[in-house]
Amino acid sequence: MRLTCPLCGPRDRREFYYYGAAEYLNRPAPDAAPEAWDDHLHNRDNPAGLVQDLWYHEQGCCSWLKVTRNTVTHEIVTVEPVAGGAA
Amino acid sequence: MPELIAKPALGAAPVTHAGTTLAEADLPQMTAIAPWPGQAEAVGRALGLQFPLPNAVTEAGGTRLVWAGRDLAFLIGGVAPEGLAAAVTDQSDGWVALTLSGARAVEVLARLVPLDLRAAQRGQTFRTALNHLPLILIVEGEGDFTLLTFRSMARTAWHEVEEAMVKVAARAL
Ligand SMILES: [Zn+2]
Repeated sequence: MRLTCPLCGPRDRREFYYYGAAEYLNRPAPDAAPEAWDDHLHNRDNPAGLVQDLWYHEQGCCSWLKVTRNTVTHEIVTVEPVAGGAA
Repeated sequence: MPELIAKPALGAAPVTHAGTTLAEADLPQMTAIAPWPGQAEAVGRALGLQFPLPNAVTEAGGTRLVWAGRDLAFLIGGVAPEGLAAAVTDQSDGWVALTLSGARAVEVLARLVPLDLRAAQRGQTFRTALNHLPLILIVEGEGDFTLLTFRSMARTAWHEVEEAMVKVAARAL
């Protein structure tokens, strides 16, 4: 498996650390209901098909990346930096 | 003020296998330069070098700016002036520099580094891994590389590379 880091280019999977669902980027408001926090932290859909998750280019440029991939075909659709305007 | 004596990380003599030589290099002053947002160009100007794009080294005379991550480069062989629009930290004593050069250097690295280096050229650098060790790999020329890794891991790095050299040497050309 390879991810094409927006900065470093195509790199082997072993350079990356997997964090979890990209849902972690959508943090509820501090005063949101406990159900919203429960959803945010624990409840995932686990679809067969397109998923988005967070990867860290640990042995590389140290960027957090949002990866869209297909769990059925194993296609990596997009790899986007989480931080805006990275260079 | 006590007299401090600079010691090499390893003090190891160079080794050669398969016409390829691993050696410990002197590490000149090495400074991490992380420009403030939007200041990369200005920082480059102040250093007399272009701030490098990803995977690139810019150099002039004996001074180099080596890309080392997002919004980060290492200044090697030069001194950062005061007042740079960047976070500046001296890294010199935290790193070790090894050189690997010779006809089969690319084959040796292929066993340790998850990159295809067959077309690597001077001016390129890669922030990657040497097995599990963090690595900044600088391409000096064809079959000629500088490997920067953490000084605390110097002996492991040396062991890994020499082991790979021995295994490459054991194989027919
Ligand atoms: Zn990267």
